[in-house]
Amino acid sequence: MRILEGRDVTKHFGGLAAVSHVDFHVDQGEIVGLIGPNGAGKTTLFNLISAALPLKSGELRFKGQKLNGLKPHQICKMGVARTFQQTKIFADMPVLQNVLVGAFFGSPNRVSGADAARGANQALEFVGLSAMIATPAKDLTLVNQKRVEVARALATKPELLLLDELMAGLNSTEISEAMELVTRIRDNGITILMVEHVMKAIMGICGRIMVLHHGEKIAEGTCNEISCNKTVIEVYLGGEAHAGS
Amino acid sequence: MIEVLPAVLINGLLVGGVLALIALGLNIQYGVGRVFNIAHGEFIMLGAFITTTLFTLTGSVKIDPLVSLVISGPFLFLIGFILYRTLFTSLRNRAPSPAAFEGSSLLAAFGLIFVIQNTAILIWGGRTRVYLWPHDFAIPLAGTVFRFSQVIAFALAIAIGVVFYVFVNRSRLGKAIRAAAQDPATAGLMGININMVLALCFGFGALLAGLAGSLISMYSSTSEVMGLGYAIGAIIVMVLGGLGSIPGSFIGGFIIGIIGSVVTYYEPALVIPAYYTLFLILLLVRPQGLLGK
Amino acid sequence: MDITTFIPRKLWVPGLLLLILIVLATLPLYAGSNRVLFISATTLMYIALAVSWAMFSGPTGYMSLAPAAFFGVGIYTTAILRNELPLGVIIVAAGIVSFIVALLVGLVTLRLKGIYFAIFTFGLVVLIGQLVLYYDIHILGVRGHPVTPTTYEIMYYCMLGLAVATLLAAYFIRRSRLGLALQSIGGNEEAAAHMGVNTTRVKVLTFAISAIFMGAAGAIMGARMVFVDPAATFSVGYSFSPVLMAVFGGMGQLYGPVIGATIFSLLEIWLSGRFPLYYAIIFGIILILVILYLPGGVVGLIPKLRNRLGGVISRLGKGGKAEQHANT
Repeated sequence: MRILEGRDVTKHFGGLAAVSHVDFHVDQGEIVGLIGPNGAGKTTLFNLISAALPLKSGELRFKGQKLNGLKPHQICKMGVARTFQQTKIFADMPVLQNVLVGAFFGSPNRVSGADAARGANQALEFVGLSAMIATPAKDLTLVNQKRVEVARALATKPELLLLDELMAGLNSTEISEAMELVTRIRDNGITILMVEHVMKAIMGICGRIMVLHHGEKIAEGTCNEISCNKTVIEVYLGGEAHAGS
Repeated sequence: MIEVLPAVLINGLLVGGVLALIALGLNIQYGVGRVFNIAHGEFIMLGAFITTTLFTLTGSVKIDPLVSLVISGPFLFLIGFILYRTLFTSLRNRAPSPAAFEGSSLLAAFGLIFVIQNTAILIWGGRTRVYLWPHDFAIPLAGTVFRFSQVIAFALAIAIGVVFYVFVNRSRLGKAIRAAAQDPATAGLMGININMVLALCFGFGALLAGLAGSLISMYSSTSEVMGLGYAIGAIIVMVLGGLGSIPGSFIGGFIIGIIGSVVTYYEPALVIPAYYTLFLILLLVRPQGLLGK
Repeated sequence: MDITTFIPRKLWVPGLLLLILIVLATLPLYAGSNRVLFISATTLMYIALAVSWAMFSGPTGYMSLAPAAFFGVGIYTTAILRNELPLGVIIVAAGIVSFIVALLVGLVTLRLKGIYFAIFTFGLVVLIGQLVLYYDIHILGVRGHPVTPTTYEIMYYCMLGLAVATLLAAYFIRRSRLGLALQSIGGNEEAAAHMGVNTTRVKVLTFAISAIFMGAAGAIMGARMVFVDPAATFSVGYSFSPVLMAVFGGMGQLYGPVIGATIFSLLEIWLSGRFPLYYAIIFGIILILVILYLPGGVVGLIPKLRNRLGGVISRLGKGGKAEQHANT
């Protein structure tokens, strides 16, 4: 089933087309990678999906429902959650409270205190932060702050998770752990669309990859197809076409 | 109404010019220094009092209001500059985020209102003052009478605005200011002394307010509480023109001036409610204003 | 061996609060003079104002400069209804009117960036004051309203009730999911929205609720005013005081604004008689200094004092926010 679909998605900033007539889809159960050079429009596309920014033209559908004109909190309640390129945790709040926000408000129905607490603790356990629930989020290391963001997003009980450069700033071990986490999330029934620069992660866990450049989708396919694609190699991968697979 | 329309319009333009000057100062402080200086009205009041004092309270040595501009302007510039270098720079450095700085600087400006206003009452006694400028004369026009002082105020406001526009667009310092307004961090990396530029801008803004106050004192009364009304008017001019837009200040100033003039013709007490109605409509329909981003 | 081993810790704080409440409730019996009642009532009023201001502006960081507007609305409601309705009804009416005004202001401004909200509320007191003045002069044909004053006892008890109500409301909001939503907005509004928080609705609702208590405070104060004149009623100073008190006391804890309100209310009463202009200047300077050097307020100092003075203060404190929310 196509859980996310975009047709002719376009967004301009002033005169510049940040995202230009992009058609794409994500099927349920996939882990799809979204790559491209800096400024290619990847985060903008995420912002359009999550309604952080309004579309200029085109259509976005989640499980068949149009997303145009909806607000971020409505899209979250529909089942789309995301993390952010620059972590947007609630810095002065303890880890548990961060995740509780997602647990309480991510559902379209009213969630009881007990259910929210349970959901939050489950999410924290899933990402491995159970020991730190009382720590103020600002006191965490970067990798743990990213874990909080993921747990918070998971607590909203999404069907689709958008991960924006989850691996940025992580060392090799942390990247492997994050890759394993993402795979586990998918194995729990959540579809994943991830923006990434870290090729090891993209090649390692994505079933399909889309490549953006100057706001346009220039290629799409499996890891092998993409790493052999001449245009992509020219534009983005440079000489590292076969590295990290 | 038709017969008085030209007079009302002219009056609106005259008032609008000075409002534009006030809004210009506020815009520089917010657009570059990122401080929404709600105490701006108090700077206007100080300018008005300096001019009034130099003209009426210095015994036999009377300094003409127009001459006193040379004193009130730089004096307010100094106050603004020092305030930014000490208070607001410190707040900026301590703030965990730009949003936090916006909030804390707003509250600090709020505190400044009470400090400045009450200090003024302490110094000058709290009575409304008016003086008659000896060079003033009546100008009959469009069926009513205007005063030369109003015309001078308008002309000077425009002149100052033009000078400032040219300065910002042509001079090196102006380039630095524009760079700092767009991206303070990068501008700093490019070798611009950000702290100095921002403080200079805040000082410029205060200077403009002081000049406006001096000009206003020539045709209107001066009192320690006069600032609030002008601050509110300037805020709405800014929102109308677009927060941070210099040409917007002028367009907005004239529009607000005319609206104020029209409303004053019917019912002076409803000027601020009229402004706020416009404010409300703007926020609902086009919060970025006419020329804002 | 300290007292806390004899009394269970959980009962310390509620017990202390109950004691304070009993003392305050019986104050008129041993107050000695109306002046003491008036000072106490004024302090309770400032507590209500500071706590209700902190209710919204504290967690969200949206600086409201509107308290004076709602306070003035409350005073004016008493001024025009004093001879028609009992005081209790007037107080409720003032709360409702303030709620509605705040709702409208919030719906227009809280969809936008915080600066619009702040500058809109800045002039609100002048706007409403001018509208009221116009209404008085042109529609009612009066210049000000004489008010039959109520007794000091009644005023005191009303203020006490209001302060308690405000504190209870603030307490329950803090502990509720509304409070969590408010904090998330203050933490990172965009992220909060993406986690399902309807940020506009949360902000507007909380702002409007806080206005109720400000309006009610004005209504009660108006009942002792003898003569209500719109110009003095709608004064920016009534926005300054709650801000100073809440910021000085610190908004991280519920009792921060209470501390600030008590200190500055008494200070103001003491100083305004002797040095009417100087104290206003000093208060302004204090606000600026607190914003600069003590952003967390007095309450923010407590963790540091905790380390110095050891166990006693930490046992008296109400515990961190984590406990409150984890108890949901």
